Amino acid sequence: TRTASNLTTGITDLFTKKKLDAATLEDLEDILIRADLGVQTAENISAVVGKGRYEKDIDPEEVRALIAGEIEKTLAPVAVPLVFDSAHKPFVLLMVGVNGSGKTTTIGKVASKLRAEGKKVVLAAADTFRAAAIEQLKVWADRTGAAIVAREQGSDAAGVAFDAYAKAKAEGADVLIVDTAGRLQNRTELMAELEKVVRVLKKQEPAAPHAVVLVLDATVGQNALVQVEAFKRVAGVTGLVMTKLDGTARGGILVAIAAKHGLPVHLVGVGEGIDDLQPFAARDFARAIVGLE
Amino acid sequence: MFDSLSDRLGGILDRLKKRGALTEADVNEAMREVRRALIEADVALDVVRSFTDRVRSRAVGAEVVKSVTPGQMVVKIVNDELVAMLGSDAKPIDLDAAPPVPVLMVGLQGSGKTTSTAKIAKRLTERGNRKVLMASLDTRRPAAMEQLATLGRQVGVETLPIVAGQSAVQIARRAMDAGRLGGFDVVMLDTAGRVTLDEALMAEVAEVKAITRPHEVLLVADSLTGQDAVNTAKAFDERVGLTGIVLTRADGDGRGGAALSMRAVTGKPIKLLGTGEKMDALEDFDPRRVAGRILGMGDVVSLVEKA
Ligand SMILES: Nc1nc2c(ncn2[C@@H]2O[C@H](COP(=O)(O)OP(=O)(O)OP(=O)(O)O)[C@@H](O)[C@H]2O)c(=O)[nH]1
Ligand SMILES: Nc1nc2c(ncn2[C@@H]2O[C@H](COP(=O)(O)OP(=O)(O)OP(=O)(O)O)[C@@H](O)[C@H]2O)c(=O)[nH]1
Ligand SMILES: [Mg+2]
Ligand SMILES: [Mg+2]
Repeated sequence: TRTASNLTTGITDLFTKKKLDAATLEDLEDILIRADLGVQTAENISAVVGKGRYEKDIDPEEVRALIAGEIEKTLAPVAVPLVFDSAHKPFVLLMVGVNGSGKTTTIGKVASKLRAEGKKVVLAAADTFRAAAIEQLKVWADRTGAAIVAREQGSDAAGVAFDAYAKAKAEGADVLIVDTAGRLQNRTELMAELEKVVRVLKKQEPAAPHAVVLVLDATVGQNALVQVEAFKRVAGVTGLVMTKLDGTARGGILVAIAAKHGLPVHLVGVGEGIDDLQPFAARDFARAIVGLE
Repeated sequence: MFDSLSDRLGGILDRLKKRGALTEADVNEAMREVRRALIEADVALDVVRSFTDRVRSRAVGAEVVKSVTPGQMVVKIVNDELVAMLGSDAKPIDLDAAPPVPVLMVGLQGSGKTTSTAKIAKRLTERGNRKVLMASLDTRRPAAMEQLATLGRQVGVETLPIVAGQSAVQIARRAMDAGRLGGFDVVMLDTAGRVTLDEALMAEVAEVKAITRPHEVLLVADSLTGQDAVNTAKAFDERVGLTGIVLTRADGDGRGGAALSMRAVTGKPIKLLGTGEKMDALEDFDPRRVAGRILGMGDVVSLVEKA
């Protein structure tokens, strides 16, 4: 990938002299900044890598491994699978995020995995706003053999969630996945609508939603930090999924998010296909950031 | 969570409390903060570098006028340079060609192509009094064609009838034929989202371009994009050849540095801003407002007037 090759040449160039100095460390920070880790996180990591190694001979491969190791240390604690606790029937998963991040597609992929395990799945089409959002989710329901609860476009999102819970409960479904409309976190009225969806679910089952997953697009920059804060506050986000890692973006903002919030990262999206969903692997992710693939 | 650039520079430069010309040392100190502010605003690192070089050369030796502090003076220079780099005057969509004029929309998955297609079609219909046909070439995303058809009904713009099983290239041909036969002024071609590493899909969109010879090729990109903005803009420009950029989600609270990054690496104008999900949430690009946003301050304009 582009990021990877930037990194590789960057680091090789730096270390022809093979001594670790301030300029070298600054270049190292740049490499991390290019992967969207942000200034602060990049500085922190380069400081740790530089500590005790000043003016020491060190080869480029070694430095790369050291950086990857540092990033991995931050990410390892948050690499936590999404567990569908069967004590809850149905287990309610709420998908949230800004517009176009990949919520609906990720729901399709997750439903497919659950169906393959023989679980009974209900999807709630609570994005009642976007044109053809309901039809899109219907296609995923058909592909995966999940049931779907939908009303017409423009109806109340919380109402759909309510109906879907009732149906999932009555039919003994294992998992209910609620799709929501994309919304920017600074749009107060839309965040209030999301709060209402959560409230309505809680009215039926106080422990629901059992998981609230924020879907982040790998191309996103520093604004992701604000997204995490707002969705956490309003919807009680319990974990993250990062999509579109099949592109050129490395999603380095996850490192800053992990350092700040410690929220679990469950899964990553690596394509548009039904199987393009993988567990989040801290080591692989960290190595991809520094171009060790 | 972000300090505005004037706050930061104030801290550094106003401590010096001096008048007269800005010295190289003052400016270098200030550029460190400018660099940081721009990176936090998601401006791509290489663009940050060339930008601070330009600002540095303008700022060293600049006289600080009485009415402002040295910090405000630097902010003014940064702001002016940002506006200049973003492209000082608005460039509307150009339809100056023989009808039907094809307009091709390209971009990454979920960037806002379909929504922007319908918004632009609405604007051209209502303000430009054009007869517009929209066609979805997205054979991949579930319900993509239904999405455009629904939006077409909402805004009162015709969409090409959906024929199952056709390839993007076949649909593009059909759209242009329908555009000619139906006496349309403009044919808007909405395409599937694609990552630039997807060779097959990049080849597909290049072929669509070759066949339809669009008068405008607009990259639709999310203004919340981080450092990847340069890779994406460069790759689409090299492969497809862009005529302009549409930045969506400008209604968010992102700092929007992607605007500067993409403009800088492609040299192509940012033509429009998407400012919401509704069909009339489309605005002309205003470099002054975007510059203010990147700098994290709404007060740049008044500040600049003072200086
Ligand atoms: N390349 C790639 N594309 C993806 C991935 N995940 C989703 N997409 C695509 O991104 C686009 C947006 O995905 P959606 O699932 O509709 O996103 P959403 O968050 O539901 O969007 P809204 O409901 O409009 O807010 C679609 O074209 C998807 O096919 C991924 O991991 N990789
Ligand atoms: N807030 C906001 N949302 C927008 C804007 N433009 C588009 N959207 C939303 O972003 C999401 C994705 O928009 P689409 O138009 O489907 O994006 P696309 O590029 O066609 O997506 P694919 O075809 O899947 O690649 C939808 O939820 C839109 O409503 C905007 O300017 N502001
Ligand atoms: Mg959706
Ligand atoms: Mg689309």
